[in-house]
Amino acid sequence: MVKVIFRDKQWELRPGMTVRDAILKLGLDPEAVLAVRNGQLIHEATLTQDGDTIRLVAVISGG
Amino acid sequence: MRHHRLALCAEHFLDWFVSYTQRTIEEFHMFSSSDRLLVAVSGGKDSLALWDTLARLGYQADGLYIGLGIGGDEGYSAASQGKAQAFADAHGLTLHVVDIKKTYGESIPELARRTGRGRGKPCSVCGLVKRHVMNRVTLEGGYAALATGHNLDDEAAVLLQNTLRWQTGYLARQAPVLEATHPGLARKVKPFCRLYERETAAYALVRGIDYIYDECPHASGATTIFYKELLNRLEGHSPGTRHSFYLDFLRAKKKGQLLLPAEEEPDLHPCQQCGQPTTAPGLCAFCRLWA
Repeated sequence: MVKVIFRDKQWELRPGMTVRDAILKLGLDPEAVLAVRNGQLIHEATLTQDGDTIRLVAVISGG
Repeated sequence: MRHHRLALCAEHFLDWFVSYTQRTIEEFHMFSSSDRLLVAVSGGKDSLALWDTLARLGYQADGLYIGLGIGGDEGYSAASQGKAQAFADAHGLTLHVVDIKKTYGESIPELARRTGRGRGKPCSVCGLVKRHVMNRVTLEGGYAALATGHNLDDEAAVLLQNTLRWQTGYLARQAPVLEATHPGLARKVKPFCRLYERETAAYALVRGIDYIYDECPHASGATTIFYKELLNRLEGHSPGTRHSFYLDFLRAKKKGQLLLPAEEEPDLHPCQQCGQPTTAPGLCAFCRLWA
C-alpha cells in the first residue's frame, strides 16, 4: 500500500496510480499541494509504488 | 511549469528560478547590486526562499523578523522565529528581530483583544503593526528598499478581489514596486511577483530550506486563501490564467490602457508620537493602538 500524509491526516491507497490521481482521489486540489517522497520533490506524473510514503505539502498560504 | 511550457530537472529549476528573479528585479527597476536591502522574513517558504535567492545573487540583504506573540512560548510565532534564525545562522546572514510584546508591551493577540479591532480576528491589527515596524526598521537602518516575498498568487488574488469590487484606487496602486512617495515612507519591492506560489514552494523544498509548514492559526478562512483557491480552479482548467491575469494587468496599466484614477498624493504629516507619516490628525493609527 501507499501511505499519503497531509497535515495531520493520513491515508492508505493502492499503488500504481499517479501522484496526481492519488491527490484527486483524496479530494485535494493538485494545484494546491506538492508531493515529497524520501525528502525529494516528485512530479505529479510519478507512479506510486507499494511501500511508498508520500508527504503532501500545502502550497497556498495567506491571511 | 505549464504556463512557461517548461519541464526542468531540480538543478536546472534552481538555476532558472534565480535567473528569473534577477530578470524581474531588472525589468521593474527594483534595486541595484550596490543597494542594501531589508527582507521581511516570516519563517515561511516565500520569505526564506527570497532571502536565499537574493543572497545567491550577491545582494546585500539583511532580514527582519517580527515576533507577533501568536501561540505563546512554544506556538506558531516561536516556531517561525526559530526557522528564520536557523536560516540566518546557517548562511551567515544578519537577522533583526523586533518582538512586539517586549518592544511595545502586548502581543498581537492581546492587542487585538484589548482594542476590539478586527471582529475577533487579529489580522487587521497584525497588518497595521507589521507595516509600521517594517517601515521604521527599513528607514532607521538606511536600507534602499524593503523586499517582501509576495508571489504571483498573492498579487493575482488581490487583483481579483479588487477587480470584483472595482476598487479602482487599490488597482491604481497595485505594483511590483511601491515607491517611497514621502521621506518617511520606505520603498517596497516584490521580486517574486512573477513566480507562482508552487514555484516558490518547490524552490524551498528542492533547496532544502527548513521553513514552517504550518499556516498562521488565524489565517483559516482568510479571504486571500478563498480567492487563491478560486484562481487555482481556473488555473487547473486553463494553465497560465493567473500569469496572464496579473502580468497583462501590469502591461495594460503601464501603457495607460486602463482608466484608473490618478494617484493623488495624500496630505501626510508626521505623527505627533512616532514621527511616521500619517493622514490622521495627531497620532497615526499605530500609535492610537497603544494610547
